[in-house]
Amino acid sequence: MEVPILKQGDILIATVQAALADSDLLQLRRALVERVVKARARGIIIDLTAMDVMDSFASRTMREMAQMIRLRGAETVIAGIQPDVAFAMVQLGLSMGGVTTALDLEEGLAYLHRKFTKTS
Amino acid sequence: MAAEVENEISVPINSDQDVVVARHKGRGLATELGFSASDSTLLATAISELARNIVSYAGRGEIVLRASHNSDRPGVTVVARDTGPGIASIEQALRDGYSTSGSLGLGLPGARRLVDEFEIVSKVGQGTTVTVRKWKG
Repeated sequence: MEVPILKQGDILIATVQAALADSDLLQLRRALVERVVKARARGIIIDLTAMDVMDSFASRTMREMAQMIRLRGAETVIAGIQPDVAFAMVQLGLSMGGVTTALDLEEGLAYLHRKFTKTS
Repeated sequence: MAAEVENEISVPINSDQDVVVARHKGRGLATELGFSASDSTLLATAISELARNIVSYAGRGEIVLRASHNSDRPGVTVVARDTGPGIASIEQALRDGYSTSGSLGLGLPGARRLVDEFEIVSKVGQGTTVTVRKWKG
């Protein structure tokens, strides 16, 4: 299950379209970190609307990915975590740490645009 | 506790892809039994953690899903079984943040918080069986 990554200006958008297995998550992390450098992206949005479950492995992989991307000078926004999925994450004892989250893709884009306008 | 067996789904767990299959089937069964979307997700998340433990620690095993009934209340019983190395200290394995694999150490204690009943039997060198049950809310 490959996750398509689109480029819109200096933002990369990865839209998860079905449940991801651990190896898919690791593949997505590799692909995004590579693309951030190649595309000189400043912002990354990962749309998790279609993700059925965020368990300990998925949460950790997302957090690590955001940290790696930050080290490359860009910011990650996790968008679209469904209410039921969020509830299960909290019960499990998981958090997204310092990663920015947004209600959906639109909100995520608005956040990054605001941020880039301020800093440029 | 009088749980009677109705039907049973066995999902062999050999890879990370099987983890996704097991949680999908678990969610499907829960939905069929009238679980709310929220409770189905809690169960699917617990199954994901239990199935991953099988892949990470034992390499292979199985997840058995069963519809159960407590008088009129439906529930799902999940049995996660492997013949892997077993757990030396169940007490430690159930503590938040304890891990022998470099993970977050939230899998087992986390899964326990997501369900109503939780039982673990493990013997070093023989394997581990975790049985959890969630009732319709």
